[in-house]
Amino acid sequence: MNITLNGAPCQTAAATMAALLVEQGFGPKVATARNGDFVPAPMRPDTPITEGDRIEVLAPMQGG
Amino acid sequence: MPVFYGTEIDSALMLGTAQYPSPSILADAFRAARPGIATVSLRREAGGGQGFWDLVSGLGARILPNTAGCHTVKEAVTTAQMARELFGTSWIKLEVIGHADTLQPDVVALIEAATILSADGFEVFPYCTEDLTVCARLLDAGCQVLMPWGAPIGSGRGINNAYGLRSLRAHFPDVPLVVDAGIGLPSHAAQAMEMGFDAVLLNSAVARAGDPAAMARAMALAVEAGRAAFTADPMDARDMAAPSTPVIGKAFLE
Repeated sequence: MNITLNGAPCQTAAATMAALLVEQGFGPKVATARNGDFVPAPMRPDTPITEGDRIEVLAPMQGG
Repeated sequence: MPVFYGTEIDSALMLGTAQYPSPSILADAFRAARPGIATVSLRREAGGGQGFWDLVSGLGARILPNTAGCHTVKEAVTTAQMARELFGTSWIKLEVIGHADTLQPDVVALIEAATILSADGFEVFPYCTEDLTVCARLLDAGCQVLMPWGAPIGSGRGINNAYGLRSLRAHFPDVPLVVDAGIGLPSHAAQAMEMGFDAVLLNSAVARAGDPAAMARAMALAVEAGRAAFTADPMDARDMAAPSTPVIGKAFLE
């Protein structure tokens, strides 16, 4: 299945957001969005990943 | 000391965490200035998130995440929701940028985003202009603090519209007001505090100084001096000289 992960093309076999984070090796300190909508951490196991999804995985970063 | 949403902060200096030459220099600057609040952002995870989080959690400042770089209401609201979960705080520095060159806020979208976020339980710190009507609308939207710019972000130009900011202070005497952005020198920070602002938020002025830790310390001193001056009720300026040494009793020596 082809998705866009953090702006880059990505092939995945993960069926859910939770599985995708494990598959792609993300650590625990991230927040997620699917197709522009926030996906709270407790919803990740129930949030499906489907063909063409745009997934954002964000982390704490420097800011002003 | 400033009180934001019922929380008293130890320092009127709010300091950003971006653009430092290295993480250790960032930590040095925070140690030198002891700011009450550190601003942070969210970006695509590329391996550095956990390390940065460990660093900022140890700075001793309260965390204020921002929505920097967002240009639409939808982007800003989603980013705020992600920030609340990631940083474990309902505080959000709300930026909705309207113009690429000046980074001027899109105040119409800002009010709309502030309304949505306040209704959703966020405690919003809006990065705004000094426009009185816009600021009144932000308060109506639920904001209990306002953060007007001094000058465009990163410009270091200081207080561009002193009249406008003084006017804002006078119109909203009980609202915590922060001058956010445009500060380049300690004198700018002191000026904002002398005008009665509750705090100053700056980043580039420290991070891009040759010695960030020394400049951070200078900013902390300036903020403290400016606040002390405001509470000391400064004299009014006048056009004509007025001798300070007594005239009576002066010898006649012609």
